[in-house]
Amino acid sequence: MSPTTVDILLLAFGSSGILIGLTFLGEVLRARQTPGTQNPVLETFMTRIQSWWGMVAFVGGALLLGKFGVMLLFAFCSFAALREFLTLTTKALADHKSLALAFFVVLPLQYVFVGMGWTGMYTVFIPVYAFLLLPIMSALRGNADRFLVRVAETQWALMIAVFCVSHVPALINLELGQSSDRSVLMIAFLVMVVQFGDLLEYFFGRRIGRRKIAPGLSPKTREGVFCGVISAMCIGALLHWITPFGILGAAGMAGVASFVGMLGSLVFAAIKRDRGVKDWSHLIPGQGGFVDQLDSVIFAAPIFYHLTAYFYG
Amino acid sequence: MKFLRRLAARIVGHAIRIFARAITAVRADWQGIEPVPRQRVYFANHTSNGDMPMIWAALPPALRREVRPVAAADYWLKNKLRAFVGPEVFNCVLVDRRPEVKDKPMDKIIAALDEGASLIIFPEGNRNMTDDPLLPFKAGLYNMGLARPDIDLVPTWVANLNEIMPKGEVIPLPLICTVTFGAPIHVEDGEDKDAFLARASDALVALAPEVTQ
Repeated sequence: MSPTTVDILLLAFGSSGILIGLTFLGEVLRARQTPGTQNPVLETFMTRIQSWWGMVAFVGGALLLGKFGVMLLFAFCSFAALREFLTLTTKALADHKSLALAFFVVLPLQYVFVGMGWTGMYTVFIPVYAFLLLPIMSALRGNADRFLVRVAETQWALMIAVFCVSHVPALINLELGQSSDRSVLMIAFLVMVVQFGDLLEYFFGRRIGRRKIAPGLSPKTREGVFCGVISAMCIGALLHWITPFGILGAAGMAGVASFVGMLGSLVFAAIKRDRGVKDWSHLIPGQGGFVDQLDSVIFAAPIFYHLTAYFYG
Repeated sequence: MKFLRRLAARIVGHAIRIFARAITAVRADWQGIEPVPRQRVYFANHTSNGDMPMIWAALPPALRREVRPVAAADYWLKNKLRAFVGPEVFNCVLVDRRPEVKDKPMDKIIAALDEGASLIIFPEGNRNMTDDPLLPFKAGLYNMGLARPDIDLVPTWVANLNEIMPKGEVIPLPLICTVTFGAPIHVEDGEDKDAFLARASDALVALAPEVTQ
């Protein structure tokens, strides 16, 4: 086994260990309840743990399969996220062809470019080419009703669900002055620090949170976010051995990624509130949709990608 | 030969269901009614040719086996492929809408109900191409409710299909589709046709998810 494979397995076993611990904790809490009663918070927690098991299995499996597995997994995530996003946006019959193009041409091509490692293309394909092409397709059908709203929302959906998500697997392409197959570990680093940061932000927010960041939008509190980011930094420092950052660098990068991610999930909360929905869909039990699960990773990915390329590339 | 056709029908049925799930992640939302095998008439809004397969795919297996969509014979008998899919995969009750035909649609529908089948019907009669949520209902639903008053009439709202598969488009858009089943209604004693159809129509529109645009 290559050192990278060993590291991926170590991370997978470590995550599984944490999940076993959390499952055990949940079962202890369940056993302490009066028989016949159910605590909804605990049941939600247990459903989420199950979804987390699925996530660890999928991400771990994809990383072990290497580049192809990673591309396939994140292309599927993009598809699911784009579907959730476009279900809620404004559209007209005249947009049918351009939306079909977004799903069946733009999305796969973006992942082909990422897979090819064609940096000059995948960083501009959606912001430039799709941005100009799709409104043309819609305009050719000759319906001007709410045109700007329609094309703007479609472009937003593509930027979030395809462009941003594809920057997670794009981390593989970074040349970080180490043996080339170790870049795949950057994906594990980003996903783990952001997701654990979120989990602890939620935990501390419930325990000690008092001042809300955006009242009326999200229950996130300053105290929760502060503790969450600090926790993410600690986790980042603990995981420094899979990165080229060094201990302090890993803590710093983890803190930035986690902080941007939390602010990103505020943006998604605003969109959901605007559209009058609670979750993006029902596909992940206990979490809502793919966008609910990925929201902070989506915002963190391009920032993390470019900071890494700038400071360590 | 008969065995092979039945097997092919099962396989095509699974393929259609898996395709519908993969594209739209179709989900059944049961509001005020449980997915239990009772004899029911599911009456739904109609905006796309995909409506019927979508309801069919959203039903749990035990209910799907008992359900027969009521569909137009002229559409489903147009070519050999449709003549296989409509009657054999979906087990449709085919009705002829032309007035000169002797074989009255309501007789076939009542016969299917008396055999114990549940039905899927589209009481608007045609696909709704307007901006109104529903076209005025035809009398069929009332006549069924009057003739067999014990059977539950279940309002069934299919969301988003006019965007997933609009008339004239070939490629379906992968958007999320929810099929909402509401509390059953019945024709009440002495209720006249127009009052009942208005009530049924209101019960159906009430299930449409509100998305603020």
